[in-house]
Amino acid sequence: MTELALAAHRSPELRLPRLLAGISYYDIARLPDHEERYGPLPLWGTSGRRRPGRLLDVVDASGLTGRGGGGFPTGRKMRSVASGPGGAVVVANGAEGEPASCKDRLLLTRLPHLVLDGITLAAHAVRARTAYLCIHGQEVELLAALEDALAQRRAVDLDPVPIQLRGIPGRYVASEQSAIVQYLNGGPAKPTFAPPRPHQRGVRGRPTLVHNVETLAHLALIARYGDRWFRSAGLPSAPGSALVTVSGAVRRPGVYEIELGTPAGQVVTMAGGPAERPAALLVGGFFGAWLPARSAWPVPMCHAALKAAGGAMGAGIVVVLPESSCGLAETARVIRYLADENAGQCGPCMFGLPALADAIADLAYQGGRGRAADRVATLAGLVDGRGACRHPDGAVQLVRSALGAFEADVRRHDQYGPCPGVARAPQLPVPGDEDWDWA
Amino acid sequence: MNYELRVNPITCDGHGVCAELLPEMIELDPWGYPILMSAAVPRGLVEHAKRAAAACPVLALLVDKATSEH
Repeated sequence: MTELALAAHRSPELRLPRLLAGISYYDIARLPDHEERYGPLPLWGTSGRRRPGRLLDVVDASGLTGRGGGGFPTGRKMRSVASGPGGAVVVANGAEGEPASCKDRLLLTRLPHLVLDGITLAAHAVRARTAYLCIHGQEVELLAALEDALAQRRAVDLDPVPIQLRGIPGRYVASEQSAIVQYLNGGPAKPTFAPPRPHQRGVRGRPTLVHNVETLAHLALIARYGDRWFRSAGLPSAPGSALVTVSGAVRRPGVYEIELGTPAGQVVTMAGGPAERPAALLVGGFFGAWLPARSAWPVPMCHAALKAAGGAMGAGIVVVLPESSCGLAETARVIRYLADENAGQCGPCMFGLPALADAIADLAYQGGRGRAADRVATLAGLVDGRGACRHPDGAVQLVRSALGAFEADVRRHDQYGPCPGVARAPQLPVPGDEDWDWA
Repeated sequence: MNYELRVNPITCDGHGVCAELLPEMIELDPWGYPILMSAAVPRGLVEHAKRAAAACPVLALLVDKATSEH
């Protein structure tokens, strides 16, 4: 029976998990565990079926797209680096900036060898001479665990291009790809003005391939099982699986592996279902969008469908907002956080985001004068698209989606003042929450 | 030859010289930073745009030959 016929006979339950197949609740997978489950790292040697260019063909055919938020075709990105002047650099981005996401952390803390295999395969495919794995510098335990995983691999000479571990500052914008590149070049971990983009001129001026760690973990499986296997899950237009982080008012918040195209409501059901009557879903994270729960429920989780619905796939984030919470107050807290996290580089972001945060806080917590909503919309227009990176644009998208999804609430706040929901403990995690006593 | 206008928002300090020299294409936001009305520079304004770019104290205004994608 062919691979495709087999796939057709399997139920969706049997197609997954893929990335999370070897996960243990407590322990980090060691190299022998990893190799026992997945077999040895396929070396994709220099000739014949397994030459580097052949791996690029397989990645192209798999339809894998970036899992860090951009959703750009992985094969095309690798080709643009491979066709550069040589001496390429591979950077694995494991510095998960989104407070509502913890899928990358899960992969790195439990299944590091999938990610490390992916780095080595990518380095081989683009003929890189240098490879980095970047995580947040304050994650000392994780850094130590990854050093240990790398030592296990060095002992058996697994990675022809040595993988260097780097801790980068834990700020929101520091995990943007041009910020990582600038940091590795000895500069501040802040986004740079593009072009040139990292794939043209990145670390030490070399063409640089920056991939999210989940993307690289998929690469490790595609290199072993092939593109047809990868496409046997998900949609023809959005193949494969993806990790999503589900939180907010659900019974079992956590990281789940889904087939791309799974309806958002079904993803919420996988996480135990709503803990309370849901009002809206935040899809895509802080740079994503609020969608009213009723219209979001049937939307397939993939870049194209979520974008068409006014949302975003982002790094695979779903937060369920209950009816008892206030979406405007939640948004105001996030925008304040994003304003505080601006890199201090571009004027419109430096001045505009705090003004936008003030305006939406005014709408959420004061209102009652019938002019707060207009001010929010005006400031959003002034900030949109005016930074070197997409930080201000992401904040604006979230604000505009809140004005749409909570339209009735916006009118009520603007005319009569805050709703009772503003007093509820927040559903969206924002760093620094620990300092608050919400009880 | 077609030209296009860009601002490097990291370099820009909001001096506002550009909006004075090229008001046809640039206005200032409430914080004094330039907003471009369009990227494509109309033929008749190319010299003005180049003069505004040269006058920027931090060289944050860029006038480039339009790339083929536009």
